[in-house]
Order: sequence, then C-alpha cells, then structure tokens
Amino acid sequence: MRYAMAIDTKKCVGCSDCVVACQTENNIPHGYARDWISETVQGTYPGLHLEIRSERCNHCNNTPCVRTCPTGASHIIDGGIVKVTPEECIGCGACIESCPYDARYVHPEGYVDKCTFCDHRISNGQDPACVSVCPTHCMYFGDLDDPNSQVSKVIAVRNIKVLAPEAGTQPQIFYLV
Amino acid sequence: MREELITSGRMNPNIDPILHVWHWSIPLYLFLGGLAAGLLFFAAFRTLTGDDKKYGTSVKIGPIIAFAAIVVGLMALLYDLNHPLYFWQLYTTIRIVSPMSWGAWTLLIMVPLNLIWIFSYLKEILPVNNIKINFLKKIISWVTVSSENITQNWEWKHKMVKDFEKFVQNNRKPWAWSIIILAVILGVYTGILLSAFNARPLWNTSILGPLFLTSGLSTGAALIMLITKDHNERRSYSKIDILLIIIELFFITHLFMGFQAGSQVNVEAAYYFLGGEFTVTFWVNVVILGLAIPAILEVLELLNFKVPIYVPGLLIIWGGLAFRFIMVDAGQVIRYLY
Amino acid sequence: MGAGGLALATTPVLNWVPGFLKSDDEMPDDSKAKRYPTYCEVCFWQCAGWTYTKEVEGKEKIWKIVGNNDDPHSNGRFCPRGTGGVGQYEDEDRLKHPLIREEKDGKQTFREATWDEALDFIAKKMKYVAEKYSPSCVAMFTHGSGGKFFTTVLNAYGTNSVSAPSYAQCKGPRDVAFNETFGSVLGSPEPLDIRNTKCLVLIGSHLGENMHNGQVQEMSEAIDNGATIITVDPRFSTVASKSKYWLPIKPATDIALLLAWINVIIEEDLYDKPYIEKYAYGFEELKSYIVDKTPEWAYGITGIEPNVIRNTAREMGHASPAVIIHPGRHVTWYGDDTQRSRAIAILNAILGSWGRRGGFYNAEGLSMKSMPHPPFPELDHTWKDATLGKYKLGEAALASGICEASIPSPLRDCSYKAWIVNGTNLIKTIPNNKVVLEAIQNLELMVVIDTMPVDITGYADVVLPECTYLERYDEIRASKHRFPTLALRMPAAEPKYNSKPGWWIAKQLAEKLGLGQYVPYKNVEELLDWQLKKAGSSLEEMKKIGVKKLDREFDDLYFLNGEDYEFNTASGKIELFSNSFVAEGFDAFPKYTAHPEPQAGFYRLIYGRAPMHTFGRTSNNPNLHDLMPENKLWVNPKVAKEWGLKADQEIWLENQDGVVSTFPIKVRITERIRIDSVYMVHGFGHNNKQLTRAYANGACDSELITNVMLDPIMGGTGMRGNFVTFHSEKPIKKEA
Ligand SMILES: Nc1nc2c(c(=O)[nH]1)N[C@H]1C(S)=C(S)[C@@H](COP(=O)(O)OP(=O)(O)OC[C@H]3O[C@@H](n4cnc5c(=O)[nH]c(N)nc54)[C@H](O)[C@@H]3O)O[C@H]1N2
Ligand SMILES: Nc1nc2c(c(=O)[nH]1)N[C@H]1C(S)=C(S)[C@@H](COP(=O)(O)OP(=O)(O)OC[C@H]3O[C@@H](n4cnc5c(=O)[nH]c(N)nc54)[C@H](O)[C@@H]3O)O[C@H]1N2
Ligand code: SF4
Ligand code: SF4
Ligand code: SF4
Ligand code: SF4
Ligand code: SF4
Ligand SMILES: [Mo]
Repeated sequence: MRYAMAIDTKKCVGCSDCVVACQTENNIPHGYARDWISETVQGTYPGLHLEIRSERCNHCNNTPCVRTCPTGASHIIDGGIVKVTPEECIGCGACIESCPYDARYVHPEGYVDKCTFCDHRISNGQDPACVSVCPTHCMYFGDLDDPNSQVSKVIAVRNIKVLAPEAGTQPQIFYLV
Repeated sequence: MREELITSGRMNPNIDPILHVWHWSIPLYLFLGGLAAGLLFFAAFRTLTGDDKKYGTSVKIGPIIAFAAIVVGLMALLYDLNHPLYFWQLYTTIRIVSPMSWGAWTLLIMVPLNLIWIFSYLKEILPVNNIKINFLKKIISWVTVSSENITQNWEWKHKMVKDFEKFVQNNRKPWAWSIIILAVILGVYTGILLSAFNARPLWNTSILGPLFLTSGLSTGAALIMLITKDHNERRSYSKIDILLIIIELFFITHLFMGFQAGSQVNVEAAYYFLGGEFTVTFWVNVVILGLAIPAILEVLELLNFKVPIYVPGLLIIWGGLAFRFIMVDAGQVIRYLY
Repeated sequence: MGAGGLALATTPVLNWVPGFLKSDDEMPDDSKAKRYPTYCEVCFWQCAGWTYTKEVEGKEKIWKIVGNNDDPHSNGRFCPRGTGGVGQYEDEDRLKHPLIREEKDGKQTFREATWDEALDFIAKKMKYVAEKYSPSCVAMFTHGSGGKFFTTVLNAYGTNSVSAPSYAQCKGPRDVAFNETFGSVLGSPEPLDIRNTKCLVLIGSHLGENMHNGQVQEMSEAIDNGATIITVDPRFSTVASKSKYWLPIKPATDIALLLAWINVIIEEDLYDKPYIEKYAYGFEELKSYIVDKTPEWAYGITGIEPNVIRNTAREMGHASPAVIIHPGRHVTWYGDDTQRSRAIAILNAILGSWGRRGGFYNAEGLSMKSMPHPPFPELDHTWKDATLGKYKLGEAALASGICEASIPSPLRDCSYKAWIVNGTNLIKTIPNNKVVLEAIQNLELMVVIDTMPVDITGYADVVLPECTYLERYDEIRASKHRFPTLALRMPAAEPKYNSKPGWWIAKQLAEKLGLGQYVPYKNVEELLDWQLKKAGSSLEEMKKIGVKKLDREFDDLYFLNGEDYEFNTASGKIELFSNSFVAEGFDAFPKYTAHPEPQAGFYRLIYGRAPMHTFGRTSNNPNLHDLMPENKLWVNPKVAKEWGLKADQEIWLENQDGVVSTFPIKVRITERIRIDSVYMVHGFGHNNKQLTRAYANGACDSELITNVMLDPIMGGTGMRGNFVTFHSEKPIKKEA
C-alpha cells in the first residue's frame, strides 16, 4: 500500500477550504497550519499564467525528516504515511530543517506537528478532511498500488509534477498540470 | 515578472516568512562542540606522540576547558529543544542515520572519558593545598586520606578509586586513542549535522564535515595559544594554526566552487555569499578577520616581528564563532524554489 | 506491520524504542460523534450541513461543520467560510449583553441592560413613534435568516418598509432586467445549469473568489466536462486563469462588448432561430439596432480585439443552447447596470439558453405556511412612497432609498423615524456613508440586532446580541432548486453569554408591543413542527435528516422541444424589445455610454471578494482571520515602479473627493491588475476596537466610495466610478 494525493491545479481555486477543514478536523491551534495555499504568477499583463496549489507534507518516499530524527519520533506507518509521536519528540527541529517543503512546525506544546494524511479518517474508510471538503473536487486521494484507486487513475491520464524534485525526496503529492 | 507567494494558511511561527527554527543556541552549540573537539584532539594527540610532558597546557588544561565547553554547549542545545523535558528520548534509541542521534551518543561517551582524563591529572593540575575554599576542602577531606587537617595530595580513601586512577595513568595511550577518535567524530559531527540536511541548499555539501572539523581544530589550537604560558607550546600551535587556516581556506574555496558548478539552487545559494545578503558579513568576519589577518599575524610572529600576543588567537575564535552563526542563519534562509 | 516495524524496515537504523512509550493520539471519530443539522449563515447561499460536537473534558463542544450530502446547495461540501463558521461561535469578541445608549457626564456610552429592560425601551419608543408620526415611519434593514420573524412583527405593527442591501447594492439591476426580459427574477441560488453547460461566460463574476458554493462546484464539474469558459474581467481573476478565453476588458465598457457579441451572433446566424421565432418578441428591432455595433466598433471602446470578440461569440453560438452568460450577482457597478444586465439577458435569449439544459433551468421550491393570525393593519405609507414615485420597475425596497427618506425633506410628508437593523452593517454596506450617517442623526430610535460589535452597532440606541446560527433554531430553509428542499437549522450548543435567538427576540418584542396574537406559538419548535407537518415532514424527522428532498410538481426542469410557454411578461414572450422600459422613458435596448476615467495619478478602485471571507462579517473570525488577516492593494508593477512602491509597503489612499482611508493598506505588486486600476477585497479596515483581530487591519473600500452612480431604472447604487491616489504617509487633514 502506498497512499498518495493528486491535486488538480486546473481546478483548484485557492479557496483554502482544505486549510480550514484541516484546522477544525485536527484541532490545529490558531496561528498554525498543516496545509497552505501558494500561488505562482508568471508573465506580463495580459499574457499571464497562474498556478494555485494546495500544499502540505508530501509524505515522501525518501524521507530526510525521518532519517534525521534522533529519537524515532518521526516515523513511517503503513501506506508510507509520515507521522510524529508527540511523546517521543524532543522538539530539536532537525526534521524541520531537513524538510525542503517547510511542511512541519513546532506545536505550541513543544512537539513537532505536521499533516498525517488524516490517518484516523482513512482507517475508517473516509477521505482526509481536506480532500473530503474541497468544493472543486480537485483533490484525489488513495492507494498508488491499487490501479483502480482514484489517485492512480487520474495520475495515469494526466500530466503530473512534484515539488522540488531536485531535493530528492520523492514526494507523493502529485500536481496535475 | 514571476510572483510567488503563499496566499493563505501558513504563518507557522519560526517557519514563515523565513525559517528560523534554530536560533543562537545551535550555532553556539556547534562552536563549543568544535572547540571541545579541537582541545581534546590536541590533548590526546600530544599524549600519543609522547609529548604530554612538553605540552602541559594542551594535555592538562585543555580538557578542562573542553569539558566546560561541552557542558555549556549541551545547555544551549537543551535550551533550544522545544520539548526539553523529553530530552532523555535521545537515549532510548540509536539512529545511525541521524547525526543528531550519534552526536548525542558521542557526547554521552565523551563526557565521562574526558572527566576521567581530568581526574587522572588532578594531582598535577590542582594540588589540594592550593584549594582555599573551605567548603571544597571539606568535601575533599571526605574522599581523601587526611590527618589533622593536612590533606595528602589527592590520596584517595577508597581503594577502588585509587586503583582506577592508577589504571588510567598507566594506560594513557589507549585512553588517548579513544578520545582522539571521539574528538574527530565530534568535530566532523558539528559539520555533518548541517550537511545531513540536503533540504537546505547551502548545507547540502559534504565539505561541511571536514571544514567544520578543521575550523574546530583551529579554534582549539587558538585557545591553547591564548592560555599557554609556555613559549614553545605557543609557537607550535601558531604553526599548526597557519596550516589549519590554509586548509580551511582551501575548503571554503572548494565549497563555493562546488556550488557554482552545481544546480540552479546551489548557484543561488553561493550568490548569497558572492554579492547577496551575507556577502559582507561572511567575508569580513570569517575570511578576513577570522582567517586571513590571524594567518598573516602569525607568520609575522614566526618571523619574529612583534605581534600582540592575544590578537591572532582571539580573531580565530571570533571567526569560528561567526562562521557557525552565519552558516546556520544563511542555511535556513536559502531554500528550494518551486 | 506495526509503526516501529515499518520504520525499521525502511530506514537502516538500530531502533529500540520501548513499546509502552508509543501512544496513539486520540482523534474523534465521525461515526461516533454527535451531529446537529444546520444551514450556514456565513453567506446567503444557505448551504445545509451538520454541526459536529466532541467531548472535551466531559463537555460537549462544537468541533466542526460539514456539508449535508442531500443538500443541492452544498452537495455535502461547504466552502471555506462555512467550514470556518465555528469561528463565529468561538469569537470571544462577540456581543455579549443587550446594550442601551446612555449619556454620562456629557459622553455617550453603552450600558449593559437586561433583555427585559432593552425590549421595554424599544417597545416604548416604537409606541411613541406610532403615536407621534405613524407606524409606517419605522423601517427595517435585514440581511440574514432571522429577518422573517422581525418582518412579521413589523407588519403587525404597521409598516412594510423592510429592505435588504442585497437589492439596491447587489442584484437589483439584474432582477429587474431578467424580470422585464423573461418575466422572472432569478433569485438565489440562481437557476444556472452550469454543470451541464458547454460554454460559461463570466462578466465580472469572479467565481472561485466569489465562493457561492453550488456555482463553484458546478463550474469545476463543467471544467471536467470540457466546457469552454470565457471570462471578462479587467483583472486576471482566479477564474480568468482557468478560462479558455480571458478578455481583459477596460473597466466600465462591458455593454459595448455585449452588443458586439449580439451583433456577431445575429450577423453570423449563430442564434437559435426556432426558439426566437417561437418565444421572443422584438427580434427584428434588435437586429436593426445592433447592425453598427460591430466588433471593430467595440474594439475601440473595450480594448478587446475584434477577432477575439468574434471567436468567443462563435464559441457561444456553437454551444447554444447549452450556454450561460452568467447574470452576475453584485451588479451595481456603473449606474447603467440594469441595461448591462438586459444585454446579458438578451444575449442569453438569442442563444436560446433560457429553459434549456446547460442554460437556465426552471427552479422549483415551496413556501412555508404561517400559523393563522389576525390580518395585518392597513398601511398609510409603503416603502414605495420612500422613493417619491421613482423606480417604478423596481420590485423591492431600496436600502439606500430608505436612508435618504430618513433625512427630513419638504418633498415628503413623512420621513422614517426609527430603524431596526438586523444583520447588516450599513456603514460598510451602503456607499457614500455620509448619507447613512446623516439619516441616523435624524432618527428617534435605532435598534441593531447583530452578533458582533461592528460599525453600525456603534451608532445604535439599543444593541441586541443575537446568538450565532450554531446556537439557534431558525425558519425552515425552503429554497428553489432543481427540486424543492427543506432544510432545518437547530442549535448544536447553548447560546453563549447573554445572547438570544432572533425568533425569541422578535416574539418578546411582539408581546411587549401587545401584538402577541401574531406570534401564536409557545416557542420556535412548535412553529417549525407545525410548518413542517404542513409541508410533509416533521421536526423530529428533520432533526435526523437535516435536509429533505421533495418531488417536483411537474417534470419541467427544461422546456420540452417546441413546447408552448407563456412568459410572465406583458407580451407573454421573451421581451428582447422592452415596452415597459420605453413606457418609463428608458431605452428599449441597452446603449453604451462612456463613463468617466481616472485623471492622471489616479486609479480606478475596483473591489471584490476573497474566497475565505464574507464582506466584513468574517474578518474577526479566528479561523478565517488566520487565512487572510488583511486585504492588500493590488498594484501593477509598472505603477508601483512609477510611484516607487515596495511590496508590503503601507500606503494611504485618497479618492477623487479628497476622502482619505482611515487605515493604511499594504501593497501587493502583481501583474494580475491593469495599469489604470487598483483592486482590493471588500470588508476590511474595521474601525471598531472591540474587534481585536480585525481592527485596523487593511483598508475599507466603502469609505472611499463616495461617488455613487445611481441606476435611473431601479435605483441601484453603482460603486465603481471612484478613483484613488496613493500617499506613503498619512496625509494631514487640512483645516476646514
Ligand atoms: N467569498 C465570498 N463569496 C461571496 C461573497 C462574499 O462576501 N465572499 N458575497 C456573495 C454576494 S452577496 C455576492 S452579490 C457575490 C458577488 O460576486 P460577483 O457577482 O462575482 O461580484 P462582482 O462585483 O461581479 O465581482 C467583482 C469582479 O468584477 C471585476 N470587475 C471590476 N470592474 C469590472 C468591469 O468594469 N467589468 C467587468 N467585466 N468586471 C469588472 C473585478 O475585477 C472582480 O473580479 O459574491 C457572493 N459570494
Ligand atoms: N463597498 C462595497 N459595498 C458593498 C459591497 C461591496 O462589494 N463593496 N457588496 C454589496 C453586496 S453584494 C451586498 S449583498 C451587501 C452585503 O451587506 P451586509 O449584509 O451588510 O454585509 P456584512 O458586512 O456581512 O454585514 C452583515 C452583518 O450581519 C452580522 N451577522 C452575521 N451573522 C448574523 C446573525 O446570525 N444574526 C445577526 N443578527 N447578525 C449577523 C454581521 O456581524 C455583520 O455585521 O453589501 C453591499 N455593499
Ligand atoms: S479546497 Fe480545493 S479548491 Fe480550495 S484551495 Fe483547497 S484544493 Fe484548492
Ligand atoms: S514533505 Fe517534508 S516532512 Fe513530509 S515526508 Fe517529505 S521531507 Fe518529510
Ligand atoms: S523535532 Fe521531534 S520529530 Fe523532529 S527530529 Fe527532533 S525529535 Fe524528531
Ligand atoms: S490530509 Fe488531513 S492532516 Fe493532512 S492536510 Fe489534509 S486535512 Fe490536514
Ligand atoms: S457558500 Fe459557503 S458561506 Fe455561503 S452558505 Fe454555503 S458554506 Fe456557507
Ligand atoms: Mo450581494
């Protein structure tokens, strides 16, 4: 099993619903976020191109954050989901420094927190909170090892890209372009 | 025009707008770790070459300062932890691929070795009768043989302690071997800690390990130079420092050449030091004040020009400190673009 | 495989973490959590959903809100504002107690009062106004769902002057235009069959930023289905970036473009001939009217190249009738808005999209019955008297008109003396707030019912804190859609502080006014259950399902082929040529008129929506504030260079009438805006210090909108004829 997400930049409107949904679902304290929206504008008026992306931890295949963690608090669970165990985390920041996407932050309680792919939901057969709420249905989630999963199907037919491939982390969030 | 921005959601403290998870304490920790590594390296090195009598300061005083540096460094590290009460979690696992982990373990082993080293030289470093503080005297009198207020110089009461002291004194070379190996690991670790983070383009180079080791050795040498009263010892370290500075300059040149030949982000990373934000701070503090000037001064001194004794040593230490602060700060600023 | 095991397998480590140290974080589980039906009050789309609660330290606490899968407004997914609605409930800056204005040592202050005191005070004043003037001198402004309860009380008291800013400041012009053309106001949600369309044309409608949920969802579906999107916007809006064609039009010239499109579609025979022949009135007149409205003519006005105009017209023609020229919603732009909306209606008509799959469907809803009560008293004045016989084609009270009619004038025998303001922040909402403020000075009583301390509460005589929608029952949402639905809103938590639901406030007020027989129910549950039973459900059922889909009465979502149909217009046909406009002295066909342009050093101020905020009502919401704490001024890089502006530099704005923004605004330098315009999101720059998060964040567009271009047909307040210039330091106010 290999969980992954695909996000369609042709449909995402940058509304940030995925961000609020994550905040309420996962009780993220105000002033912090596990996911966020970024925007790239290229060109000169009126010859413009705009790409909007909903970003979060890429649940990389090659995980510098897990490697550099001195305590094992950062770890990988079934399906390649990268998680942090608060009780093992000393808050040293090594994993934060090692993530090219700045996808982690220090929770006010002192441990490092990040996207969990809502493993508590997917184990119940639900989509992650952000995916389930997206009004444009531009996010797809599922198992890459299953050719019939939504995510496998959409990746098979569309052009994809990942963020900062040169960082060598093998991200598992794919942007449909 | 290309406009790139996070339009909403992320404002995580110390992550945005620029990464600043590691504050002053990490570079200080790296500096002190490097310094301790240098001091311990030379203590062990002189012992292994059989020069321990000749270089008293290196062998006996150096390790004491190293110990202090390690303690302060560890306090700085602890201070930087966001979950400090859980620090013991470091010692529930050994994670070979995490420099932070083996750094923690290296220090854990290094500290007792270092303490025992100091312990074995106590008689020479600090004759008991030189101790004037009553309270300390009292404590010492509990563990040492004493009669009528006259304490024998560190004559231990317990046989086991005595035997152990003997054992160490008789086995200085193996002891020095363990320390020198750990010192090299420690010195390299201070650099690898950063270069393990290939997420940060500036740190993403294997030169940082040897570079930080060299720099640590050179600050250690500089410190001995500062504190020793022995002219010969001072001269010896002066020479060593010149050599180390040359190696360091070589590594630094290599660092930037490597970046320039690398990918787009690496070129951009180098630009921060070759025209960008950190150019002046880096070249003035690290290269000119911290390397070039002290090297020149020391050469002059060796050529018997009169040079104020403290200046080159202090400059080298300043350069080493500045180098770590700049590398940690700049490393966090420079990121992958996508 | 256990967690530790996998870590071991994938990374070469020696890892011996004792098992007892690993604890799984406890996350609430949807299937075990309690949930309560609601419909959202963060905007007027009224999506239905569920409020989930979870236990925290033994107490049930509101956790999250998600859409109801059976609801056609939300299709089970809320927009960010709806998801962030929990913040409305949590906001610790909320109004907490009834407040009564008092003069203390020559200073005006509010004192906390009990509900009894506050309502007695209001009832006494209202009785006084009724005696001294007339009950019809009381007006209400309302924008939100509690309004119906108050409307009943006011009707019983003797006035029908109830207005909403969603008319003269929002969709009024389009309602009049579509009513005159098709005999139907569009209502909300607009009956647009976006999900089935082949071509969607957006004129200013910035879907994706304008986050009207169902439309955004259907647009995304249309993208999946390969529909062509054509966006006309002077700004590179989000949806412009998703469009096949973006027409970067010069502001205020849309009518010329629309006429040119009509020209091409008729000249190139792209229109729906049988449809026009069967249903339309005035086609020949239209045809001769537009002969000279060529793309070449429009090019000089709009800056859109003739071949682009032709190509886009052809796209529409080929998609016909599955094509939608979006009627827009906030359409009060330049004062000729009813005519621009007419042009949109006409374009839709000739493409045959009204009543067609992929165009406009025929929505069906139902209305809830009222419990029997005595007839309402006769009125001696109605809202129509407020505008002195102007705007005969308008079919609703003008919020701006009522403001004007509250300033005594010799032209009127009666001006308004008391206002009830329920859930609308008039100061930010009605442009040219000088008039609003002057009107308020002339009132005997102003009651504001709100949830937050905002601009308007500061001017009230009595402030009544309503609890949020998550803490109350409200009227049943019985909306028109592809099929009729019922939706229930019920409380998921007790009202916080000393706040009360609107129905309760209205009922108390009715009783204090001696009008108890008009609210003949013990409590709202009784009323809702009675109404629901009449509609074929019950409160008990609705509490379980939240949304009930009902069957359509007829299977007439779209016209059948060649079906006979009588439109609700004077001619019974689609009126391309408008006789009623002519009768009122207006042009039968839309006409392009040039509007003023910015002088040197000034830029047209355009404004819009950000997806995560609703006007000014969410800027203090802790969740949504996190997403966007302030608005920024979009400035083209060339303009920024000319003025030496830096990104995120704070500047003050001054408009053509010398009005300076109270607060500075940060600059966003972006290619997404033209060089003759600047853009900001409406709803920021709050001036009430009690809004601890929103206060002084960003600037307020409303205060810079002092030039109002009135629509002569229905009185809409055109707001986009204002121009601003920049100051890097706050200009010192000149002595008067
Ligand atoms: N997130 C969010 N969504 C909302 C609301 C909200 O507060 N927040 N409010 C809701 C309400 S009540 C309404 S009425 C709607 C309003 O939403 P819309 O009906 O979409 O409002 P507009 O005024 O058309 O939208 C502003 C757009 O018009 C463009 N524009 C400015 N001048 C011109 C011009 O001269 N010509 C053309 N073609 N375009 C121009 C601007 O650049 C901007 O993109 O939004 C609804 N949806
Ligand atoms: N400058 C400028 N003016 C505009 C517009 C613009 O874009 N720019 N847009 C126009 C448009 S399209 C519209 S529709 C109008 C909208 O105008 P309004 O409806 O006045 O908009 P809001 O600012 O959201 O004000 C709503 C008030 O209701 C309160 N409220 C929220 N929930 C509740 C509740 O449950 N109960 C009660 N009692 N009160 C509640 C909020 O605190 C807020 O004070 O504004 C129009 N005016
Ligand atoms: S909810 Fe969907 S459309 Fe909105 S920003 Fe997130 S991914 Fe994009
Ligand atoms: S995105 Fe960052 S935190 Fe997530 S798995 Fe990759 S490196 Fe680790
Ligand atoms: S902060 Fe926590 S999770 Fe991150 S590396 Fe340190 S101990 Fe591991
Ligand atoms: S998958 Fe879950 S935790 Fe991750 S961003 Fe989405 S909602 Fe947040
Ligand atoms: S569109 Fe969004 S804010 Fe409006 S009612 Fe629906 S969920 Fe609420
Ligand atoms: Mo509106």
